[in-house]
Amino acid sequence: MHPNQSKEIFLQVSNLTKTFNDFTAVKGISFTVNKGEIFAFLGPNGAGKSTTIKMLTTLLSPTAGEMIINGFNPVNQQDEVRKSFGIVFQDPSLDEELTAYENMEFHGALYKVKQPLRKRRIEELLTIVDLWDRRDHLVKTFSGGMRRRLEIARGLLHHPKIFFLDEPTIGLDPQTRNQIWSYIEDLNKKEGITVFFTTHYMEEAERVAQRIAIIDHGEMIAQGTADELKKQTKTETLEDAFLSLTGRAIREEEASASEHMRMRRQMFRGRSR
Amino acid sequence: MQTIYILWLRQLKRYFRSRSRIIGSLGQPALFLVALGFGFGPIFQKAGGGNYIDFLAPGVIAQGILFTAIFSGIELIWDRQFGFLKETLVAPVSRFEIMLGRTLGGATIATMQGIIVFVLTLIIGFRPNLLYLPLALLVMFLIALLFTALGTAIASMLEDFQGFQLIMNFLVMPLFFLSGALFPLNTAPQFLKTISSLDPLTYGVDGLRAALLTTSQFGIVTDITVLGILTLIVLSVGGYLFSKIQI
Repeated sequence: MHPNQSKEIFLQVSNLTKTFNDFTAVKGISFTVNKGEIFAFLGPNGAGKSTTIKMLTTLLSPTAGEMIINGFNPVNQQDEVRKSFGIVFQDPSLDEELTAYENMEFHGALYKVKQPLRKRRIEELLTIVDLWDRRDHLVKTFSGGMRRRLEIARGLLHHPKIFFLDEPTIGLDPQTRNQIWSYIEDLNKKEGITVFFTTHYMEEAERVAQRIAIIDHGEMIAQGTADELKKQTKTETLEDAFLSLTGRAIREEEASASEHMRMRRQMFRGRSR
Repeated sequence: MQTIYILWLRQLKRYFRSRSRIIGSLGQPALFLVALGFGFGPIFQKAGGGNYIDFLAPGVIAQGILFTAIFSGIELIWDRQFGFLKETLVAPVSRFEIMLGRTLGGATIATMQGIIVFVLTLIIGFRPNLLYLPLALLVMFLIALLFTALGTAIASMLEDFQGFQLIMNFLVMPLFFLSGALFPLNTAPQFLKTISSLDPLTYGVDGLRAALLTTSQFGIVTDITVLGILTLIVLSVGGYLFSKIQI
């Protein structure tokens, strides 16, 4: 924990809702992220995490509710918001036919990072993620871990104030995961960058995040530090706390599956009669 | 400007790195030139049509451009599926600039492909009038721009390659075969003439014949005007559709 950290609110979400046709993916969630904080946004698959990140990062427009990032509104101040954040998406977003350096250069041009700062910053970041020696290799020759590291370096090129990471360590071995988190924690300490991430690895969230929010079925079900969540659920680990908070939903799903079975059985009977 | 430039540059880099694509896309024009050019040549001549290779070459150049252009536009679906599109969509730049940069890149590639086919036709025996070559290059670029924009506009509405076969069979092929690239329009039946006059590529092929052979159905001014206006319309529609993409 950072005792001298100011509690200035950097990101604020209130009653955020997103409806696709007749399906509501996000149901009026509210939370805040403080400046310089590492914030974990957890939830089972399909809970609405990615939809929320897409709305925060201007890729989707919300059905209702308010969002403020760095003092700007993602709905009508898109460019200001876009300059404020960096992002590592859940699925890959590199151009495989370009080299690592060209991917960085492309990003620098899109975000109008001026020369010679751009050149210096690219070298600095590629060195941090141990890819400087491979800068002229095509991305299609890179392993999953190298690609993730490059995406992290790229997302930081324009000095974002907040860094969104949507499952940044998925499918990576423990060594690479460990390495990636130490880069991010380092950046958070050195540059004071606010970090907002999602993960399915509870031990990562417990170790790295200062505060945690858990959503399920589009609803916010708990917020607090790992210790607070454990105390609230009377559990020993964050994983148990998570399961105790979201477990109820799984039982509901089981019930609805058996409902389907029942319906099918009735239909079958109806036909055989 | 920088946004348009970097997206243009990206398309070119990708093109020069896939040599198999450059060579592969020459196969079809070469086949048309050899099989149709030499196969139908004698009959065409006997019927009083003149040198068929000369007649065919502008059509085959237009075909090479059409195919490359549509493909370059449709490539947007790859970017969407491989995730790179998201990287451009969260950047603090306007979507129209992104669309324009991509499209200009694709159009440049398609024009270069057209020039390569042009050289191929010269090797096979095409003997054009090179006086108006700059005009021919302009027509080539307009064809390229129009159809790259069309490909991009279509790709903005598609999520995957499911509809690709549909586009090939019901858009690209008819555009080519009905354009008068292979047969003279002035001797064609009236219904075919009418259909052809609705095909934008017809004006491209005619413009190329006007510039390279100084024979034309509609006149170079009409050809360039039609292509130019259509390009502006398709670019605006494409820009609108691109701005509506949600991931």
